[in-house]
Amino acid sequence: MNKPMDLSSSLPDANGLFGSFGGRFVAETLMPLILELQDEYATAKNDPEFQRQLAYFQGDYVGRPSPLYFAERLTEHFGGASIYLKREELNHTGAHKINNCIGQGLLARQMGKKRIIAETGAGMHGVATATVAARFGLPCVIYMGTADIERQQTNVFRMQLLGAEIVPVTSGTGTLKDAMNEALRDWVTNVDDTFYIIGTVAGPHPYPAMVRDFQAVIGHETRAQMLEKHGRLPDSLVACIGGGSNAMGLFHPFLNDSAVQMIGVEAGGKGVNSGLHAASLNGGTPGVLHGNRTYLLQNADGQISDAHSISAGLDYPGIGPEHAWLHEQGRVEYVSATDAEALEAFQICCRQEGIIPALETAHALAEVAKRAPTLPREHLMVVNLSGRGDKDMMSVAHHLGEQLDEAC
Amino acid sequence: MIAIQDNTMNDTVNQAVTHSSRLEQCFATLKQQNRPALVSYLTAGDPDADTSHRLLHGLPDAGVDIIELGMPFSDPMADGPAIQKAALRALESGQTQTKTLEMVRNFRQENSTTPVVLMGYYNPIYCYGVERFLTDAATAGVDGLIVVDLPPEHDEELCQPAAQHGIDFIRLATPTTDARRLPKVLANASGFIYYVSVAGVTGGSAPTPERLENSVAHLREHTDLPIAVGFGIRTAEQAATIGRFSDAVVVGSALVDCIEHAASGDDAVEQVHGLVSELAESVRACREVDEQVIS
Repeated sequence: MNKPMDLSSSLPDANGLFGSFGGRFVAETLMPLILELQDEYATAKNDPEFQRQLAYFQGDYVGRPSPLYFAERLTEHFGGASIYLKREELNHTGAHKINNCIGQGLLARQMGKKRIIAETGAGMHGVATATVAARFGLPCVIYMGTADIERQQTNVFRMQLLGAEIVPVTSGTGTLKDAMNEALRDWVTNVDDTFYIIGTVAGPHPYPAMVRDFQAVIGHETRAQMLEKHGRLPDSLVACIGGGSNAMGLFHPFLNDSAVQMIGVEAGGKGVNSGLHAASLNGGTPGVLHGNRTYLLQNADGQISDAHSISAGLDYPGIGPEHAWLHEQGRVEYVSATDAEALEAFQICCRQEGIIPALETAHALAEVAKRAPTLPREHLMVVNLSGRGDKDMMSVAHHLGEQLDEAC
Repeated sequence: MIAIQDNTMNDTVNQAVTHSSRLEQCFATLKQQNRPALVSYLTAGDPDADTSHRLLHGLPDAGVDIIELGMPFSDPMADGPAIQKAALRALESGQTQTKTLEMVRNFRQENSTTPVVLMGYYNPIYCYGVERFLTDAATAGVDGLIVVDLPPEHDEELCQPAAQHGIDFIRLATPTTDARRLPKVLANASGFIYYVSVAGVTGGSAPTPERLENSVAHLREHTDLPIAVGFGIRTAEQAATIGRFSDAVVVGSALVDCIEHAASGDDAVEQVHGLVSELAESVRACREVDEQVIS
């Protein structure tokens, strides 16, 4: 490279490619719709009225900006870097997912769509989608794997309260990838009136770029907040990665700041060498699934493998294509945390800060536990606290071998 | 460098002109007979290697004109429940890309005329390696490819390399393919055009013949390639209706359902070939009524 590449705004290219990753690998039936969406989004991006509405909902409805909180006790506990938590769990619906849903919901309304569909794993994207659909008065169908319905009962009930129809997905392994297959099947059958709100920075172009842009509010705020607090940029950013939307939202506005280190934490399950994990970059190979080329968990014959994670939201055998590209560029460091490490970090965060994080987020905290102690106090580390853990109570109780029922 | 590539391209084009492909010969013969082709879809390796082998080898005698053989994929996004289950059965019984190509090679040893088109998704081909796959497919005697998740925007991935190997890339046109997009869809198409009768997944609701006839007529204004119609065609009656105005009728889920409900491998073979015979008879006779009216 002769000069530093502009990592933040030049990609994807016109075909939706980040290097060789991304693209539009979808059935012909969907192509005209995807091209229309691309045009509509390009227009909305530069439309002051659309941006005004987006800012309005982000503020008064979602509750932005979310605080950048100095986690004093966590910092003392690890005894190294100064740890800041970007409090996305304080958003309406309890996670970063709503940032994207509001954006796509506005776009759906602008395009005159009459029906919203979405896939969900942990249920957070499903809840955020159901919320936006309720707010905009649109019927909503959420596809959710039966295995996930089992472990995320509370979110299923929340979605139903919000008026969404939950369709249990039994095909495959009944997790997030199967829910996404089923949502795509719905979309291809109802192309005329349906808007598919994809929950992460994956899927066919323009989704990875569009979801990234809607989530980038996280990084933009962090930048301004850190400048205000310390008069300089953070030294490192840490975020968990399933599809990778909260990480991309935090990282993207800093990509051209070469001094800012970025660490994405994949779900290591029972260990990347065990075969039971969801670490697509650390344990996968390039392939094509769900409309884009990216790193996938798959066998040598190109059959997609089951992901494994304690956290339903990270239980996906792929990753957003821009992450695949940043991985190959070496701009972002991608590591993994195991189920056990995440559970440990989960408890530390509860007890030290009085904040119950989502199990997804706990993976990022697990990396903080490894990294922060080795760094000086002057090192400013920002962790994306992407979601709250209320939904994970039963799961955590199960894994910690306790019976909450008895305690009640 | 560019000049060399151009020569290679010309050679391929010339070859295609001088040696007509199995698909071209098949459609030419059927045109003389004034009847549409019956195209059957089965997933390779479903329900197991042995039964699948017997199913495949018996198709021409049962009346199939063109064979579509599915390459099973774990995540078939464009398929309905019947073909999803077929893919899982095949994968569970150990089917791989290598075995699918082997099946075609074996088939070619006893049949040199019936065109075989492999149908599936891009990832298993991508992981096999595009060049290696095309070389092996051409050697095995594969005539065409239908790859659901490769729209014309990605022609450089597989469509163009396939042409270099003399393998047709069969393009899907759908009810959502508007006039603005159609030229792009047809640009690198070869073999035949597969018209997806309804927006949806395989095995879904049946199309209405009137609308379908208009769509096929509209397509004919833009291409000289034969037009096959598929998705949602289950019965001999439907096949006959659609066969009156299309060049080929594709039946898939209905055949695959026979395998799912069969009591044994033998039963699956009997039922699938039985339904194929029924469909073939119907398709062979479907334009006779028109001829009588004309004479």
